[in-house]
Amino acid sequence: MATTEEIRAQLAELVNDVAGVPVEDVQLDKSFVDDLDVDSLAMVEILVGCEEKFGVTIPDEESKNLKTVGDAVAYIEAHS
Amino acid sequence: MTEIVITGLGATTPLGGDLASTWANMLAGTSGVRAITEEWAEELPVKIAAYVAVDPSEIIDRVKARRLDRSTQLALIAAQQAWTDAGFEWEGEDQVDPHRLSVSLASGIGGLHSLLNNWDAHRDKGYRRVSPFTIPMLMANAPAANVGLAVHAKAGVHTPVSACASSNEAISLGLDLLRLGRADIAVVGGTEATIHPLPLAAFGQMQALSRRNDDPEGASRPWDRGRDGFVMGEGSAILVIETLEHAKARGAKIYGTIAGAGITADSHDMVQPDPTGEGQSGAMIKALQDSGMTPADIVHVNAHGTSTPQGDLTEAGSIRTALGDDTDHVVVTSTKSMTGHLLGGAGALETVASLMALRDRLVPPTINLVDPEPDLAIDIAANVARPLPAEGSLAAVNNSFGFGGHNVAIVVTNENATV
Repeated sequence: MATTEEIRAQLAELVNDVAGVPVEDVQLDKSFVDDLDVDSLAMVEILVGCEEKFGVTIPDEESKNLKTVGDAVAYIEAHS
Repeated sequence: MTEIVITGLGATTPLGGDLASTWANMLAGTSGVRAITEEWAEELPVKIAAYVAVDPSEIIDRVKARRLDRSTQLALIAAQQAWTDAGFEWEGEDQVDPHRLSVSLASGIGGLHSLLNNWDAHRDKGYRRVSPFTIPMLMANAPAANVGLAVHAKAGVHTPVSACASSNEAISLGLDLLRLGRADIAVVGGTEATIHPLPLAAFGQMQALSRRNDDPEGASRPWDRGRDGFVMGEGSAILVIETLEHAKARGAKIYGTIAGAGITADSHDMVQPDPTGEGQSGAMIKALQDSGMTPADIVHVNAHGTSTPQGDLTEAGSIRTALGDDTDHVVVTSTKSMTGHLLGGAGALETVASLMALRDRLVPPTINLVDPEPDLAIDIAANVARPLPAEGSLAAVNNSFGFGGHNVAIVVTNENATV
Protein backbone atom coordinates (compact mmCIF):
# COMPACT_ATOMS: atom_id res chain seq x y z
CA MET A 1 0.00 0.00 0.00
CA ALA A 2 1.45 3.31 -1.12
CA THR A 3 1.86 6.08 1.45
CA THR A 4 0.07 9.42 1.17
CA GLU A 5 3.32 11.04 0.10
CA GLU A 6 3.95 8.40 -2.57
CA ILE A 7 0.47 8.93 -3.99
CA ARG A 8 0.89 12.71 -3.90
CA ALA A 9 4.21 12.47 -5.70
CA GLN A 10 2.81 10.23 -8.44
CA LEU A 11 -0.21 12.48 -8.81
CA ALA A 12 2.11 15.48 -9.07
CA GLU A 13 3.90 13.86 -12.00
CA LEU A 14 0.56 13.29 -13.70
CA VAL A 15 -0.54 16.89 -13.16
CA ASN A 16 2.79 18.06 -14.53
CA ASP A 17 2.45 15.83 -17.56
CA VAL A 18 -1.09 16.96 -18.40
CA ALA A 19 -1.12 20.58 -17.33
CA GLY A 20 2.54 21.57 -17.03
CA VAL A 21 2.26 22.48 -13.34
CA PRO A 22 5.65 22.16 -11.57
CA VAL A 23 5.62 19.00 -9.45
CA GLU A 24 6.67 20.86 -6.30
CA ASP A 25 3.51 23.02 -6.52
CA VAL A 26 1.20 19.99 -6.35
CA GLN A 27 0.68 19.92 -2.56
CA LEU A 28 -2.25 18.49 -0.58
CA ASP A 29 -3.80 21.86 0.30
CA LYS A 30 -3.81 23.14 -3.27
CA SER A 31 -7.01 23.53 -5.30
CA PHE A 32 -6.67 22.17 -8.82
CA VAL A 33 -8.68 25.01 -10.35
CA ASP A 34 -7.95 28.00 -8.10
CA ASP A 35 -4.32 27.37 -7.17
CA LEU A 36 -2.90 25.22 -9.95
CA ASP A 37 -4.89 26.71 -12.84
CA VAL A 38 -5.99 23.28 -14.09
CA ASP A 39 -9.00 23.69 -16.39
CA SER A 40 -11.98 21.33 -16.49
CA LEU A 41 -10.82 19.36 -19.53
CA ALA A 42 -7.33 18.87 -18.11
CA MET A 43 -9.00 17.72 -14.85
CA VAL A 44 -10.78 14.96 -16.78
CA GLU A 45 -7.46 13.81 -18.19
CA ILE A 46 -5.84 13.86 -14.76
CA LEU A 47 -8.60 11.78 -13.17
CA VAL A 48 -8.53 9.25 -16.02
CA GLY A 49 -4.76 9.15 -15.55
CA CYS A 50 -5.33 8.39 -11.85
CA GLU A 51 -7.62 5.50 -12.77
CA GLU A 52 -4.87 4.04 -14.92
CA LYS A 53 -2.02 4.73 -12.49
CA PHE A 54 -3.70 3.74 -9.21
CA GLY A 55 -6.24 1.17 -10.38
CA VAL A 56 -9.20 3.07 -8.95
CA THR A 57 -12.50 4.01 -10.55
CA ILE A 58 -13.56 7.64 -10.28
CA PRO A 59 -17.17 8.05 -11.42
CA ASP A 60 -18.00 11.33 -13.17
CA GLU A 61 -20.35 12.30 -10.32
CA GLU A 62 -17.54 11.81 -7.81
CA SER A 63 -15.00 13.86 -9.74
CA LYS A 64 -16.64 17.18 -8.90
CA ASN A 65 -15.96 16.56 -5.21
CA LEU A 66 -12.22 16.25 -5.78
CA LYS A 67 -11.36 19.94 -5.54
CA THR A 68 -7.93 19.77 -3.94
CA VAL A 69 -4.91 17.57 -4.36
CA GLY A 70 -5.65 16.28 -0.85
CA ASP A 71 -9.21 15.30 -1.89
CA ALA A 72 -7.86 13.27 -4.77
CA VAL A 73 -5.13 11.61 -2.70
CA ALA A 74 -7.66 10.70 0.02
CA TYR A 75 -10.04 9.23 -2.58
CA ILE A 76 -7.24 7.14 -4.09
CA GLU A 77 -6.14 5.92 -0.64
CA ALA A 78 -9.71 4.91 0.24
CA HIS A 79 -10.46 3.13 -3.03
CA SER A 80 -7.22 1.49 -4.18
CA MET B 1 -11.28 48.79 -55.78
CA THR B 2 -9.46 48.69 -52.44
CA GLU B 3 -5.93 47.42 -52.91
CA ILE B 4 -4.94 44.50 -50.70
CA VAL B 5 -1.27 44.02 -49.93
CA ILE B 6 0.82 41.30 -48.31
CA THR B 7 2.82 42.37 -45.27
CA GLY B 8 3.81 39.18 -43.48
CA LEU B 9 4.82 35.67 -44.54
CA GLY B 10 5.47 32.44 -42.67
CA ALA B 11 5.90 28.79 -43.56
CA THR B 12 6.94 25.45 -42.16
CA THR B 13 7.36 22.94 -44.93
CA PRO B 14 9.20 19.82 -46.07
CA LEU B 15 11.93 22.15 -47.36
CA GLY B 16 12.51 24.17 -44.21
CA GLY B 17 11.25 25.26 -40.81
CA ASP B 18 10.72 28.81 -42.01
CA LEU B 19 10.17 30.70 -45.23
CA ALA B 20 13.81 31.67 -45.79
CA SER B 21 15.07 28.09 -45.69
CA THR B 22 12.05 26.82 -47.64
CA TRP B 23 12.60 29.38 -50.37
CA ALA B 24 16.36 28.77 -50.59
CA ASN B 25 15.81 25.04 -50.96
CA MET B 26 13.04 25.62 -53.47
CA LEU B 27 15.27 27.73 -55.70
CA ALA B 28 18.02 25.13 -55.36
CA GLY B 29 15.70 22.35 -56.54
CA THR B 30 15.88 20.31 -53.34
CA SER B 31 13.41 17.49 -52.79
CA GLY B 32 11.70 17.20 -49.39
CA VAL B 33 10.41 13.69 -50.09
CA ARG B 34 11.85 10.74 -48.19
CA ALA B 35 11.13 7.16 -47.17
CA ILE B 36 8.71 6.66 -44.30
CA THR B 37 10.70 4.80 -41.69
CA GLU B 38 7.82 4.02 -39.36
CA GLU B 39 6.83 0.40 -39.04
CA TRP B 40 3.28 0.93 -40.26
CA ALA B 41 4.53 1.77 -43.73
CA GLU B 42 5.94 -1.71 -44.29
CA GLU B 43 2.65 -3.21 -45.40
CA LEU B 44 1.50 -0.19 -47.43
CA PRO B 45 2.09 0.13 -51.17
CA VAL B 46 3.14 3.76 -50.59
CA LYS B 47 6.20 4.16 -48.35
CA ILE B 48 7.23 7.74 -49.12
CA ALA B 49 6.10 11.18 -47.94
CA ALA B 50 7.31 14.74 -47.45
CA TYR B 51 7.48 15.39 -43.71
CA VAL B 52 8.09 18.91 -42.42
CA ALA B 53 11.81 19.63 -42.15
CA VAL B 54 11.49 20.78 -38.52
CA ASP B 55 9.17 18.72 -36.35
CA PRO B 56 6.70 20.89 -34.41
CA SER B 57 7.73 19.13 -31.18
CA GLU B 58 11.01 21.06 -31.45
CA ILE B 59 9.12 24.35 -31.25
CA ILE B 60 5.83 23.97 -29.41
CA ASP B 61 5.86 23.34 -25.67
CA ARG B 62 4.96 19.73 -24.81
CA VAL B 63 2.00 20.51 -22.55
CA LYS B 64 0.52 22.92 -25.09
CA ALA B 65 1.09 20.45 -27.90
CA ARG B 66 -1.03 17.82 -26.09
CA ARG B 67 -4.08 19.96 -26.81
CA LEU B 68 -3.29 20.72 -30.44
CA ASP B 69 -3.55 18.52 -33.49
CA ARG B 70 -0.39 18.40 -35.58
CA SER B 71 -2.18 20.42 -38.30
CA THR B 72 -2.84 23.19 -35.78
CA GLN B 73 0.71 23.05 -34.42
CA LEU B 74 2.06 23.63 -37.92
CA ALA B 75 -0.39 26.48 -38.51
CA LEU B 76 0.60 28.18 -35.25
CA ILE B 77 4.28 27.95 -36.14
CA ALA B 78 3.72 29.49 -39.60
CA ALA B 79 1.30 32.08 -38.23
CA GLN B 80 3.75 33.19 -35.56
CA GLN B 81 6.40 33.71 -38.24
CA ALA B 82 3.98 35.66 -40.46
CA TRP B 83 2.59 37.78 -37.63
CA THR B 84 6.09 38.61 -36.40
CA ASP B 85 7.26 39.28 -39.95
CA ALA B 86 4.38 41.75 -40.31
CA GLY B 87 5.85 43.69 -37.39
CA PHE B 88 3.64 42.47 -34.56
CA GLU B 89 4.43 40.74 -31.29
CA TRP B 90 3.06 37.20 -31.08
CA GLU B 91 0.53 36.80 -28.25
CA GLY B 92 1.34 40.36 -27.21
CA GLU B 93 -0.99 43.21 -26.35
CA ASP B 94 -3.41 44.21 -29.11
CA GLN B 95 -1.45 45.97 -31.83
CA VAL B 96 -4.35 46.31 -34.24
CA ASP B 97 -8.05 46.79 -33.51
CA PRO B 98 -9.26 43.21 -32.78
CA HIS B 99 -12.65 44.07 -34.25
CA ARG B 100 -10.95 44.85 -37.57
CA LEU B 101 -8.78 41.71 -37.58
CA SER B 102 -9.96 38.51 -39.27
CA VAL B 103 -8.60 35.01 -39.86
CA SER B 104 -9.29 32.82 -42.89
CA LEU B 105 -7.27 29.66 -42.53
CA ALA B 106 -8.01 26.33 -44.13
CA SER B 107 -7.31 22.68 -43.72
CA GLY B 108 -8.43 20.21 -46.35
CA ILE B 109 -9.05 17.34 -43.96
CA GLY B 110 -8.79 18.63 -40.39
CA GLY B 111 -7.41 17.06 -37.23
CA LEU B 112 -6.93 13.63 -38.67
CA HIS B 113 -4.31 12.40 -36.18
CA SER B 114 -6.48 13.46 -33.23
CA LEU B 115 -9.56 11.77 -34.64
CA LEU B 116 -7.85 8.49 -35.44
CA ASN B 117 -5.59 8.28 -32.39
CA ASN B 118 -8.56 8.78 -30.08
CA TRP B 119 -10.55 6.19 -31.94
CA ASP B 120 -7.62 3.81 -31.43
CA ALA B 121 -7.73 4.60 -27.69
CA HIS B 122 -11.49 4.11 -27.54
CA ARG B 123 -11.44 0.81 -29.40
CA ASP B 124 -8.45 -0.62 -27.53
CA LYS B 125 -8.99 0.69 -23.98
CA GLY B 126 -12.54 1.99 -23.76
CA TYR B 127 -14.29 5.34 -23.83
CA ARG B 128 -12.65 6.66 -20.65
CA ARG B 129 -9.35 6.86 -22.51
CA VAL B 130 -10.73 9.27 -25.09
CA SER B 131 -9.13 12.66 -24.49
CA PRO B 132 -11.53 15.43 -23.46
CA PHE B 133 -9.61 17.59 -25.93
CA THR B 134 -10.49 15.39 -28.90
CA ILE B 135 -13.23 17.58 -30.39
CA PRO B 136 -11.44 20.93 -30.23
CA MET B 137 -8.41 19.13 -31.69
CA LEU B 138 -10.09 17.36 -34.59
CA MET B 139 -12.50 20.00 -35.84
CA ALA B 140 -11.51 21.42 -39.21
CA ASN B 141 -11.70 24.99 -37.91
CA ALA B 142 -9.24 24.27 -35.06
CA PRO B 143 -6.18 25.74 -36.82
CA ALA B 144 -8.06 28.94 -37.67
CA ALA B 145 -9.58 29.15 -34.19
CA ASN B 146 -6.23 28.71 -32.47
CA VAL B 147 -4.55 31.31 -34.66
CA GLY B 148 -7.52 33.60 -34.02
CA LEU B 149 -7.01 33.20 -30.27
CA ALA B 150 -3.30 33.90 -30.56
CA VAL B 151 -3.65 37.12 -32.58
CA HIS B 152 -6.90 38.11 -30.85
CA ALA B 153 -9.03 38.33 -33.98
CA LYS B 154 -12.63 39.40 -33.41
CA ALA B 155 -13.77 40.31 -36.91
CA GLY B 156 -14.60 36.69 -37.74
CA VAL B 157 -12.54 33.52 -37.99
CA HIS B 158 -13.20 31.33 -41.03
CA THR B 159 -12.30 27.93 -42.45
CA PRO B 160 -13.28 27.31 -46.05
CA VAL B 161 -12.94 23.62 -46.95
CA SER B 162 -12.54 22.54 -50.57
CA ALA B 163 -10.00 19.71 -50.39
CA CYS B 164 -6.74 20.67 -52.09
CA ALA B 165 -8.08 24.08 -53.13
CA SER B 166 -8.86 24.98 -49.51
CA SER B 167 -6.10 27.43 -48.74
CA ASN B 168 -6.43 29.33 -52.00
CA GLU B 169 -10.10 29.60 -51.16
CA ALA B 170 -9.12 30.89 -47.70
CA ILE B 171 -6.94 33.55 -49.31
CA SER B 172 -9.77 34.47 -51.66
CA LEU B 173 -12.17 34.79 -48.74
CA GLY B 174 -9.69 36.97 -46.85
CA LEU B 175 -9.36 39.18 -49.93
CA ASP B 176 -13.15 39.54 -50.12
CA LEU B 177 -13.47 40.38 -46.42
CA LEU B 178 -10.96 43.20 -46.76
CA ARG B 179 -12.45 44.51 -49.99
CA LEU B 180 -15.93 44.48 -48.47
CA GLY B 181 -14.68 46.47 -45.51
CA ARG B 182 -15.44 43.75 -42.97
CA ALA B 183 -11.86 43.92 -41.70
CA ASP B 184 -8.70 45.95 -42.27
CA ILE B 185 -6.23 43.12 -41.82
CA ALA B 186 -6.41 39.33 -42.02
CA VAL B 187 -4.30 36.28 -41.35
CA VAL B 188 -4.86 33.86 -44.23
CA GLY B 189 -3.45 30.56 -45.40
CA GLY B 190 -3.64 26.85 -44.86
CA THR B 191 -2.24 23.83 -43.09
CA GLU B 192 -2.30 20.08 -43.35
CA ALA B 193 -0.86 17.12 -41.44
CA THR B 194 -2.09 13.84 -42.88
CA ILE B 195 0.94 11.58 -43.07
CA HIS B 196 -0.78 8.69 -41.36
CA PRO B 197 -1.45 5.14 -42.58
CA LEU B 198 -5.16 5.71 -43.21
CA PRO B 199 -4.97 8.55 -45.76
CA LEU B 200 -1.91 6.93 -47.36
CA ALA B 201 -3.91 3.72 -47.73
CA ALA B 202 -7.02 5.58 -48.89
CA PHE B 203 -5.32 7.81 -51.46
CA GLY B 204 -3.28 4.74 -52.41
CA GLN B 205 -6.45 2.75 -53.07
CA MET B 206 -7.53 5.55 -55.41
CA GLN B 207 -4.24 5.02 -57.30
CA ALA B 208 -3.58 8.70 -56.64
CA LEU B 209 -0.17 8.34 -54.92
CA SER B 210 3.25 7.67 -56.39
CA ARG B 211 4.68 4.26 -55.57
CA ARG B 212 8.22 5.13 -56.56
CA ASN B 213 9.34 3.90 -53.15
CA ASP B 214 12.90 3.17 -54.25
CA ASP B 215 13.45 6.77 -55.38
CA PRO B 216 11.69 9.14 -52.95
CA GLU B 217 13.34 12.31 -54.27
CA GLY B 218 12.36 11.39 -57.81
CA ALA B 219 8.78 10.45 -56.98
CA SER B 220 7.06 13.80 -57.51
CA ARG B 221 7.69 14.56 -61.20
CA PRO B 222 5.00 16.78 -62.68
CA TRP B 223 4.68 16.57 -66.49
CA ASP B 224 7.36 13.89 -66.70
CA ARG B 225 6.24 10.79 -68.56
CA GLY B 226 7.42 8.62 -65.67
CA ARG B 227 5.05 10.24 -63.14
CA ASP B 228 2.68 7.92 -61.30
CA GLY B 229 0.83 10.05 -58.75
CA PHE B 230 1.35 12.68 -56.10
CA VAL B 231 3.43 12.47 -52.93
CA MET B 232 1.76 13.25 -49.62
CA GLY B 233 3.30 16.28 -47.94
CA GLU B 234 2.55 18.22 -44.79
CA GLY B 235 3.09 21.76 -43.59
CA SER B 236 1.61 25.21 -43.39
CA ALA B 237 1.98 28.60 -45.03
CA ILE B 238 0.41 31.80 -43.75
CA LEU B 239 0.15 35.36 -45.08
CA VAL B 240 -0.79 38.57 -43.32
CA ILE B 241 -2.79 40.71 -45.74
CA GLU B 242 -4.26 44.15 -45.22
CA THR B 243 -5.67 47.11 -47.05
CA LEU B 244 -2.99 49.29 -48.60
CA GLU B 245 -4.28 52.17 -46.49
CA HIS B 246 -3.91 50.18 -43.26
CA ALA B 247 -0.44 48.98 -44.20
CA LYS B 248 0.76 52.46 -45.09
CA ALA B 249 -0.73 53.99 -41.97
CA ARG B 250 1.34 51.71 -39.76
CA GLY B 251 4.43 51.89 -41.95
CA ALA B 252 4.47 48.19 -42.75
CA LYS B 253 6.86 46.69 -45.26
CA ILE B 254 5.01 45.33 -48.30
CA TYR B 255 5.86 42.20 -50.29
CA GLY B 256 3.33 42.82 -53.05
CA THR B 257 -0.35 42.85 -53.86
CA ILE B 258 -3.05 40.21 -53.98
CA ALA B 259 -4.68 41.50 -57.13
CA GLY B 260 -7.56 39.09 -57.46
CA ALA B 261 -9.05 35.63 -57.21
CA GLY B 262 -11.18 33.41 -59.39
CA ILE B 263 -13.28 30.45 -58.32
CA THR B 264 -15.18 27.90 -60.40
CA ALA B 265 -16.56 24.40 -59.90
CA ASP B 266 -16.25 21.71 -62.58
CA SER B 267 -19.59 20.05 -61.92
CA HIS B 268 -18.15 17.13 -63.82
CA ASP B 269 -16.88 14.40 -61.49
CA MET B 270 -16.06 13.97 -57.81
CA VAL B 271 -12.35 13.33 -58.30
CA GLN B 272 -11.39 13.57 -61.99
CA PRO B 273 -10.83 17.01 -63.50
CA ASP B 274 -13.09 17.97 -66.37
CA PRO B 275 -10.83 16.94 -69.30
CA THR B 276 -11.88 20.00 -71.30
CA GLY B 277 -10.30 22.14 -68.55
CA GLU B 278 -13.24 24.51 -68.69
CA GLY B 279 -13.44 24.90 -64.92
CA GLN B 280 -9.69 25.28 -64.45
CA SER B 281 -9.24 27.84 -67.22
CA GLY B 282 -12.40 29.56 -66.04
CA ALA B 283 -10.87 30.11 -62.60
CA MET B 284 -7.76 31.67 -64.15
CA ILE B 285 -9.82 33.89 -66.47
CA LYS B 286 -12.00 35.05 -63.58
CA ALA B 287 -8.93 35.78 -61.49
CA LEU B 288 -7.48 37.92 -64.26
CA GLN B 289 -10.77 39.78 -64.67
CA ASP B 290 -10.97 40.30 -60.91
CA SER B 291 -7.43 41.71 -61.02
CA GLY B 292 -8.17 44.04 -63.91
CA MET B 293 -5.47 42.29 -65.91
CA THR B 294 -5.06 40.54 -69.22
CA PRO B 295 -2.98 37.47 -70.08
CA ALA B 296 -0.29 39.83 -71.41
CA ASP B 297 0.38 40.92 -67.80
CA ILE B 298 1.16 37.41 -66.53
CA VAL B 299 4.78 36.22 -66.45
CA HIS B 300 4.53 33.17 -64.21
CA VAL B 301 2.11 30.41 -63.24
CA ASN B 302 2.68 28.29 -60.15
CA ALA B 303 0.64 25.32 -61.26
CA HIS B 304 -1.36 22.88 -59.19
CA GLY B 305 0.82 20.26 -60.96
CA THR B 306 0.47 17.36 -58.56
CA SER B 307 2.28 14.75 -60.70
CA THR B 308 -0.81 12.71 -61.49
CA PRO B 309 -1.08 11.26 -65.02
CA GLN B 310 -4.32 13.02 -66.01
CA GLY B 311 -4.24 16.14 -63.83
CA ASP B 312 -0.97 17.51 -65.19
CA LEU B 313 -2.09 17.19 -68.81
CA THR B 314 -5.46 18.81 -68.17
CA GLU B 315 -3.87 21.75 -66.38
CA ALA B 316 -1.30 22.34 -69.14
CA GLY B 317 -4.18 22.64 -71.60
CA SER B 318 -6.18 24.83 -69.23
CA ILE B 319 -3.30 27.28 -68.86
CA ARG B 320 -3.11 27.72 -72.63
CA THR B 321 -6.88 28.04 -72.88
CA ALA B 322 -6.88 30.78 -70.24
CA LEU B 323 -3.82 32.71 -71.42
CA GLY B 324 -3.90 32.01 -75.17
CA ASP B 325 -0.82 33.04 -77.15
CA ASP B 326 0.43 34.94 -74.10
CA THR B 327 1.22 31.52 -72.61
CA ASP B 328 4.41 31.71 -74.68
CA HIS B 329 5.95 34.31 -72.34
CA VAL B 330 4.79 32.65 -69.12
CA VAL B 331 7.15 30.51 -67.02
CA VAL B 332 5.23 27.65 -65.46
CA THR B 333 6.41 25.55 -62.52
CA SER B 334 5.18 23.02 -60.01
CA THR B 335 6.86 23.38 -56.66
CA LYS B 336 5.07 20.19 -55.60
CA SER B 337 7.92 18.42 -57.38
CA MET B 338 9.93 19.36 -54.27
CA THR B 339 7.41 19.79 -51.44
CA GLY B 340 5.00 17.00 -52.27
CA HIS B 341 1.32 17.86 -52.01
CA LEU B 342 0.32 19.76 -48.87
CA LEU B 343 -3.41 19.30 -49.69
CA GLY B 344 -5.14 22.09 -47.74
CA GLY B 345 -1.80 23.82 -47.23
CA ALA B 346 -0.75 23.70 -50.88
CA GLY B 347 -2.44 26.80 -52.24
CA ALA B 348 -1.07 29.04 -49.51
CA LEU B 349 2.47 27.72 -49.85
CA GLU B 350 2.34 28.14 -53.61
CA THR B 351 0.86 31.63 -53.40
CA VAL B 352 3.78 32.52 -51.14
CA ALA B 353 6.19 30.88 -53.61
CA SER B 354 4.62 32.88 -56.48
CA LEU B 355 5.13 36.09 -54.56
CA MET B 356 8.74 35.22 -53.71
CA ALA B 357 9.37 34.40 -57.39
CA LEU B 358 8.21 37.91 -58.31
CA ARG B 359 10.31 39.47 -55.54
CA ASP B 360 13.50 37.67 -56.61
CA ARG B 361 12.52 37.63 -60.31
CA LEU B 362 13.36 33.95 -60.27
CA VAL B 363 10.98 31.02 -60.77
CA PRO B 364 11.81 27.89 -58.76
CA PRO B 365 12.28 24.76 -60.84
CA THR B 366 10.08 21.78 -61.50
CA ILE B 367 12.52 19.04 -60.59
CA ASN B 368 12.60 15.49 -62.00
CA LEU B 369 11.42 16.67 -65.41
CA VAL B 370 13.77 14.50 -67.48
CA ASP B 371 11.33 13.04 -70.00
CA PRO B 372 8.59 15.64 -70.53
CA GLU B 373 5.22 14.81 -72.04
CA PRO B 374 5.67 15.46 -75.76
CA ASP B 375 2.90 17.88 -76.60
CA LEU B 376 2.87 20.27 -73.67
CA ALA B 377 2.12 23.77 -74.91
CA ILE B 378 3.54 25.43 -71.80
CA ASP B 379 7.06 26.58 -70.95
CA ILE B 380 8.15 24.85 -67.75
CA ALA B 381 11.13 25.85 -65.59
CA ALA B 382 12.56 22.36 -65.91
CA ASN B 383 15.08 21.32 -63.26
CA VAL B 384 16.74 24.72 -62.75
CA ALA B 385 15.38 28.07 -61.58
CA ARG B 386 14.42 30.42 -64.40
CA PRO B 387 14.80 34.21 -64.37
CA LEU B 388 11.87 36.54 -64.95
CA PRO B 389 12.17 39.91 -66.71
CA ALA B 390 14.71 42.03 -64.84
CA GLU B 391 12.59 45.16 -64.71
CA GLY B 392 9.02 46.31 -64.54
CA SER B 393 5.74 45.11 -63.14
CA LEU B 394 5.28 41.38 -62.67
CA ALA B 395 2.17 39.31 -62.07
CA ALA B 396 1.72 35.61 -61.38
CA VAL B 397 -1.16 33.17 -61.16
CA ASN B 398 -1.30 30.38 -58.60
CA ASN B 399 -3.66 27.48 -59.31
CA SER B 400 -5.20 25.09 -56.80
CA PHE B 401 -7.71 22.41 -57.66
CA GLY B 402 -9.50 20.06 -55.28
CA PHE B 403 -11.48 16.84 -55.22
CA GLY B 404 -15.08 17.85 -55.63
CA GLY B 405 -14.21 19.88 -58.72
CA HIS B 406 -13.07 23.02 -56.90
CA ASN B 407 -10.83 25.40 -58.87
CA VAL B 408 -9.30 28.49 -57.28
CA ALA B 409 -6.76 30.80 -58.93
CA ILE B 410 -5.05 33.67 -57.15
CA VAL B 411 -3.21 36.55 -58.84
CA VAL B 412 -0.30 38.20 -57.03
CA THR B 413 1.79 41.12 -58.29
CA ASN B 414 4.82 43.12 -57.23
CA GLU B 415 2.75 46.33 -57.14
CA ASN B 416 3.32 48.37 -53.98
CA ALA B 417 6.26 46.18 -53.00
CA THR B 418 8.81 47.79 -50.71
CA VAL B 419 11.00 44.74 -50.08
